[in-house]
Amino acid sequence: MACTIAETGLVACPRCDLLHREPDRAENCTVSCSRCGVVLATPRAGAFTRVFVLALTAMILMVAAVYFPFLELQVAGLNNRTSVLDAILAFSSGLLLPLSVALAAFIVLIPSLRFAAVAYTLWPLVFDRPPFQYARPAFRLAERLRPWAMAEIFVLGVSVALVKVAGMASVGLGPAFWAFCALVVVAALHDNFMCRRTILKSLEQNAQ
Amino acid sequence: MVYPPLAGTCTRCGSALHSRAPLSLQRTIAWLLAGLIAYVPASIYPMLLTSTLFERQESTILGGVVDLLHHGSFGDAVIVFVASVVIPIGKFLAILYLVRAVGQHRALSAHQRQLMLEIVEFIGRWSMIDVFVVAILSALVQLDSVATINPGIAAVSFALSVVFTMLAAQSLDSRLIWDGSETGT
Repeated sequence: MACTIAETGLVACPRCDLLHREPDRAENCTVSCSRCGVVLATPRAGAFTRVFVLALTAMILMVAAVYFPFLELQVAGLNNRTSVLDAILAFSSGLLLPLSVALAAFIVLIPSLRFAAVAYTLWPLVFDRPPFQYARPAFRLAERLRPWAMAEIFVLGVSVALVKVAGMASVGLGPAFWAFCALVVVAALHDNFMCRRTILKSLEQNAQ
Repeated sequence: MVYPPLAGTCTRCGSALHSRAPLSLQRTIAWLLAGLIAYVPASIYPMLLTSTLFERQESTILGGVVDLLHHGSFGDAVIVFVASVVIPIGKFLAILYLVRAVGQHRALSAHQRQLMLEIVEFIGRWSMIDVFVVAILSALVQLDSVATINPGIAAVSFALSVVFTMLAAQSLDSRLIWDGSETGT
């Protein structure tokens, strides 16, 4: 299917389709579309290593976030400990079961899969080796999953729930809560350092 | 990279190439309708089932707002109303407007419409917060007979509505917004 095409030296804006001349390889500066303003490339020195390490960190934090106790509710001598898993399983009865599956995906599975795919893509590039065989589809998957990874929304949901419960009972925050907060920060840094264009270009150049 | 028309797949990343995403508007409208339909049970049926020693209460989204008003917490009532009613309906209207406005000159320029699409795409994911709050409350407040909170069926339809609206916004090819608009800057 793929046609061979000559290098035109042109870049089409993925958002508004305006054609640009390919920018010279400038590091540490952001190239944006001159019409709609979307960022076309943000190449940064050492970004691969940073993104790779941040993806690994995020995966480790995710294990901690799922495994350790998350919140503890205490009222009048009764208490209830909750892990992230319990929150996911809150919907596991009857008709609500599909929602449990969706929650597990949004909060844990999709973010983990995304970080794993990015790590898989970048691992060889960090060590100046040719990329793995399925690096391109893995990276494409990671980019497609991006809007569906909702760990940061979950953390905000937790704080809203805490405000609601705070009046009636005392709530203790477990290690998993802090792991999740750290995960959100790490994920934000990870996305911030990632330049799609630079990664895809390196995959192409290093493949030969 | 730039390809001639009908190039098939991108040689760099391997995704399928289209000048404009096929059936973009039809897909958007279809997902939007699905989102609207799912929003109906989400607002009719209860979202939370709260039971304490003395009473059992089912609260819908609007019911919750009314309750907050009765308790005199107007600030909270406004926040919940905006987050669960105004924003979802606003998203439906915004996507509908963007689809209708494709290829036409409207009061809003392409820049403003692009911004609108981005806001819808950004806010779309955050609407899921309602569902997460219900999940956390239901997991946390399980104190046997004293107080329990359980999720209602509306949580499922609300989540579906959010997902469908996200898909609607993603199906809208933003390049259509710019077609026939001013050239250059």
